[in-house]
Amino acid sequence: MAENNDDKIIEELANEEYKYGFTTDIDTDYIPAGLNEDTIRLISAKKGEPDWLLEFRLKAYNQWKKMEMPHWPHLDLPEIDYQAIKYYAAPKQKKSPESLDEVDPELLKTFDKLGIPIEEQKMHVEMAVDAIMDSVSVKTTNKEKLAAEGIIFCSISEAVKNYPDLVKKYLGTVVPYSDNFFAALNSAVFSDGSFVYIPKGVRCPMELSSYFRINAINTGQFERTLIVADDESYVSYLEGCTAPARDEYQLHAAIVEIIVNDRAEVKYSTVQNWYPGDKQGKGGVYNFVTKRGLCKDDAKLSWTQVETGSAITWKYPSCVLQGDNSVGEFYSVAVTNNFQQADTGTKMRHLGKNTRSHICSKGISAGRSQNSYRGLVRVSPNADNARNFSQCDSLLLGDKCGAHTFPYMDIHNDTAVVEHEATTSKISDEQMFYCNQRGISNNNAVSLIVNGYAKEVLNKLPMEFAVEAQRLLEISLENTSSVG
Amino acid sequence: MLEIKNLHANINGKEILKGINLTVKDGEVHAIMGPNGSGKSTLSSVITGNPAYEITEGEIIFNGKNIVGMSPEDISREGVFLSFQYPVEIPGVSMVNFMRTAINEHRKYKGLDPLPASEFLKLMREKKEYVELDNKLANRSVNEGFSGGEKKRNEIFQMAMLEPKLSILDETDSGLDIDALRIVANGVNKLKSKDNSTIMITHYQRLLDYIVPDIVHVLYKGKIVKTAGKELALELEEKGYDWIKKEVDGE
Repeated sequence: MAENNDDKIIEELANEEYKYGFTTDIDTDYIPAGLNEDTIRLISAKKGEPDWLLEFRLKAYNQWKKMEMPHWPHLDLPEIDYQAIKYYAAPKQKKSPESLDEVDPELLKTFDKLGIPIEEQKMHVEMAVDAIMDSVSVKTTNKEKLAAEGIIFCSISEAVKNYPDLVKKYLGTVVPYSDNFFAALNSAVFSDGSFVYIPKGVRCPMELSSYFRINAINTGQFERTLIVADDESYVSYLEGCTAPARDEYQLHAAIVEIIVNDRAEVKYSTVQNWYPGDKQGKGGVYNFVTKRGLCKDDAKLSWTQVETGSAITWKYPSCVLQGDNSVGEFYSVAVTNNFQQADTGTKMRHLGKNTRSHICSKGISAGRSQNSYRGLVRVSPNADNARNFSQCDSLLLGDKCGAHTFPYMDIHNDTAVVEHEATTSKISDEQMFYCNQRGISNNNAVSLIVNGYAKEVLNKLPMEFAVEAQRLLEISLENTSSVG
Repeated sequence: MLEIKNLHANINGKEILKGINLTVKDGEVHAIMGPNGSGKSTLSSVITGNPAYEITEGEIIFNGKNIVGMSPEDISREGVFLSFQYPVEIPGVSMVNFMRTAINEHRKYKGLDPLPASEFLKLMREKKEYVELDNKLANRSVNEGFSGGEKKRNEIFQMAMLEPKLSILDETDSGLDIDALRIVANGVNKLKSKDNSTIMITHYQRLLDYIVPDIVHVLYKGKIVKTAGKELALELEEKGYDWIKKEVDGE
């Protein structure tokens, strides 16, 4: 019986079309494909950047030339021709539109279609949005309301112009340009992204959200997000991503840097839904992302991610627990279907005393996909009484997919307590029949069971995102199981 | 209500049911008894369309429709409910979510709109009373961490929610202490009407003291070998199954 079920699971692979696969017909300003020092100077000039930033980019570029793509992930990484990619694409519009009347209606339509509220009348009162298409920020909402609290929320390009000292002080301090191949590439060519500064003692009154959209063809997206939470501040930040369905691969290499100062707290949530490629594994986004936060004394950083998109995901949101009593958390649901590949996890570096970290990873593999958890817990010699608990679960739908767990522990202090639990499970025939006997269809049964399995992580998401994430799980696994 | 004709069924190529004939009329309560391994639980699985079993011959006519080959979810939506001998745990899925999905799929099958949340919750509160389940149930995961008694009460609660025409209670008495048995039996009795029917599968007379059957069958080696009134259950309780085995095997 089990075999029969599994055969059908494989046969009835997801037929659901990617809902966000449309393209926007809009005039786009490109820099021609290819990467060299001139490209970088051109990007920098287009953005009217100060010299120090151009120097930063050039140093990164020269470092990148000496580096190689990482080969250690459990991924079948294709050759990428970095000279065939366009490094800058911007929808043609007036720079930094002051009001929505100045934003191209096509752009507004795009974000409306994506369900991103950037038009004032549709805006959520409790959420501010930075909408970014290809290489530029289209619109940031609710800025004035935030400014009243002293909070800065704008595109990183604007931040470079208006708050150069802040950007210069923190850029590259958590993820240096030499960190890894993709971080170096991003540092050389990053175009836009969001910048957040929460002043001392301020609790950000609304969710901050960035929405990333790739539109232009053969174009890489290299956004860079910098969040600084000053002492005793709090912010919850959300990030969403989609891209058109194209037959060609699209490269996305982003950096997120977070500084969490003394007694501050940052919650960073991601719903990643880049185009995953078609059922045969053609097209899709290659998603290579470096995300890292630095926690000072008594600070707390919590990463939550729901990863359903991308053909390839390479991503390890990490916490450097430098301050004493600092806390790092990582909650992840990663779904792979068809030919998707994901190698994702986290790094928790315990440097301070009494630092704590919690890891909860839920992988769900279907189709012919490969899903790996890779995590590192490092306790340095001075990190007395460090504590870590890791829970890594894998759920397999079908027998042609793979789930892998690579937990690394590097413990240099005898007082550390580090625990790791891992499980691998399948949806049992008994569970399916029990649901069916109550009148529940196979699709709904899988969706119920998967959502139940991922509940601990989904519960960490802000309400609106949780609903969206549940729906995404349903869509990405639709028709992965069918009996009868 | 239900008419089973010459039903043969296999699991993994082994024939378990070897020509079952059974007729259940509206409003009747039937008990199916028999020694271990006689095919009692197989019968309940086969009626409800469990894909682990293969029907090789025969018909199952439910309210005029042959339900052989119908998907288990459609059989459920037609109005057949199985109270499981071993209710299955579904971690992380709350009873509210589970029942809401089930109820709305039943409604969709009947061409009805989904039940609004407030009405659904009201229905849950009402139906819980049948089996004295506490208010926390709604937020607990399906059968996860439930005691044996709670699991069985939860089955009858689901039965109350879905209002089936035919309920099959598979060893509902097993693993219940006397108080839980009373609660479960009361729940079943309150749900009984002249329009719905019940099949109880059990080893023991015990349950039948609480839910009194109209007709008792003995299943042995995949066939119904004896059918009589409720007094048959008492006779079995007293004498065991040996005399029936002798009657059948001695033929």
